[in-house]
Amino acid sequence: MVPEKQKRIKDQVSTYITKLLNRLNSRDKILAAVKKNQPPQQILPGLETLGKKGAGDVAQFTTVFTNIGGKIYEVDSYETVIKTVQEQFPTAWKVATPIEELDEIANVDLNGFNDPHALQTVDLAILQPQFGVAENGAVWLSETDMKVRVLPFICQHLAVVLQAKQLVPTMHEAYTRIGDKQYGFGAFIAGPSKTADIEQSLVLGAHGPKSMTLFLFP
Amino acid sequence: MTQGKKHPALSEKFNADEPRVNWHDETLWFIREKRDKAAWQIPEWETLRDTASQIKHNVLSNLSEYLVQFEEQAKRNGVTVHWAADAEEHNKIVRKILQQHNVIKIIKSKSMLTEECGLNEYLAKEYIDVIDTDLGERIVQLAHEHPSHIVLPCIHWKKEEIGELFHKHLKTPKGNADPKFLTNAARLDLRQSFLTRRVAITGVNFAVAETGEFVVCTNEGNADMGAHLADVHIACMGIEKLIPKREHLGVFLRLLTRSATGQPITTYSSHFRKPRIGQQLHIVLVDNGRSTQLGREDFRNSLKCIRCGACMNTCPVYRRSGGHSYHATIAGPIGSILQPNLDMKKYADLPFASTLCGSCTNVCPVKIDIHDQLYKWRQVLTKEGYSPVTKTIAMKTMAATLSKPGIFTFAGKAGRWVMKQLPFIVNNRLNPWYKQRDMPAPPKESFTEWYQKNRKE
Repeated sequence: MVPEKQKRIKDQVSTYITKLLNRLNSRDKILAAVKKNQPPQQILPGLETLGKKGAGDVAQFTTVFTNIGGKIYEVDSYETVIKTVQEQFPTAWKVATPIEELDEIANVDLNGFNDPHALQTVDLAILQPQFGVAENGAVWLSETDMKVRVLPFICQHLAVVLQAKQLVPTMHEAYTRIGDKQYGFGAFIAGPSKTADIEQSLVLGAHGPKSMTLFLFP
Repeated sequence: MTQGKKHPALSEKFNADEPRVNWHDETLWFIREKRDKAAWQIPEWETLRDTASQIKHNVLSNLSEYLVQFEEQAKRNGVTVHWAADAEEHNKIVRKILQQHNVIKIIKSKSMLTEECGLNEYLAKEYIDVIDTDLGERIVQLAHEHPSHIVLPCIHWKKEEIGELFHKHLKTPKGNADPKFLTNAARLDLRQSFLTRRVAITGVNFAVAETGEFVVCTNEGNADMGAHLADVHIACMGIEKLIPKREHLGVFLRLLTRSATGQPITTYSSHFRKPRIGQQLHIVLVDNGRSTQLGREDFRNSLKCIRCGACMNTCPVYRRSGGHSYHATIAGPIGSILQPNLDMKKYADLPFASTLCGSCTNVCPVKIDIHDQLYKWRQVLTKEGYSPVTKTIAMKTMAATLSKPGIFTFAGKAGRWVMKQLPFIVNNRLNPWYKQRDMPAPPKESFTEWYQKNRKE
């Protein structure tokens, strides 16, 4: 073949490819580029050796939770919880909780609710997480436990009720507990909201609750 | 802001105030020490780092498949997924969503990706007002600056200056520089924005291919306050944020905050899977050079980064030159290997802003070979002709001198003579080496001369 003809064909092919690529949307362009540049397959490592067997350590959880700015009360009945709440939060006018045993101190209706903004006046929310993590003091709440997603964030103070047997050692057991649950939203919450953005001085109460209290049942 | 200045000039500016440099240096080293204490409490820390690195490697090798899987799952969850090839497309997608909802005022929680895309500036031109809600980011925003650190955006600010800034913008009493008071002032001010703005933008820390959910980590609770109150939540993420399965979050959440600030975990690790009833949830997947970086074998590991900032806190150069001296969205060692991928010419100085001590590599939770990549970038940049002119001349001169024994001997002799007889020729401001150091005393003779003399005896 004569070189000119060869070049012409090459140019035509190149123009055609460019046209084709331009017709692809960004999704296909990105996926094609990623696929082309992916390194050779590397298999996923196993997670079996990570974490700890058995139950979460109560003493460890208590220490960590206190260190991250939380407050723990060991209680054995809901009467004690109510008494402590009344003592510790004497000015909490609006208390929101889905926990039936605490009905007598609750005065915010969380059912049939559709405007999260209305919760801006909540002073104290008391929730029941599914479990806690000993290594980092976090508790896991899914959307159903919160009733309204914004509740544990918008309240001025947050309290939770947890049983000591619901503690897991590390985050690995935490995700084993969560499994493949189909929540719409869920969060690990570890202590009051905080910031150290001003000269690394720790301040509790950034945009979320100013305090977090945990009532630990045996 | 930096007006095309390069790292040496910008760090010189930062170094003009020595006590302030020392303060900056010590503050960051303090955070590095907190990271160490947190890491040492986990006996399996090194196994965790290895595992995280391997998981991320698997992500890179299957990224296109994971992206498709993530999109499919997210759609099934009722999320709208958008794809942006570059920064401009990302910004256009966000603007379009805002136009559809007739919104001109939005709130945003921390997202280095939107910084990378220049979203705030782009929206400002469209008369859309963005309020950053992370306290540190809000401070730099009020001061018309950019974050100087990916985790601690205003680490370069003193509390007195923040007091002054808040006095001007939030009407706090003049002279009040109490962090607690100032934080509360910002809390009260931003709460009004959370309650009134209808669209919230957040970043993404991890996105799970298996479930279509994504996780956002904050200490302040600003991402949640924004997202759960807004009618529309837009989450912007780089395509490298994917991880294969939900269980892998356990590995990364154990590493992230311990590496970043020395906390065992952030206050909030929020898992967003479905929009709440009546709400819209959008995810914007952004490439912006990432697929190119994926194809650079020597540099693709930089895409494993989980943005903890540990490499910055430990870096002797970053600590003493400040984040803004890197004139880039992401500063420090990791920024120096990520930024040249976006623009080799503009960021050619960054891989040279390092002592190659390797401290960054030692603390990286996903074991990115940062200092090796810095070294390799230097070679690529020099080969491509982007290395600084003075450095090129110096290197060429050195190569010529070292390859010719005659010239080498003469240069040595001449150098020793000059340093002894005419020290002002080298001890002046034109010699960059002399700026922060004294020149050494010239030796009496060279090694060759000494050897020849001693061999005879």
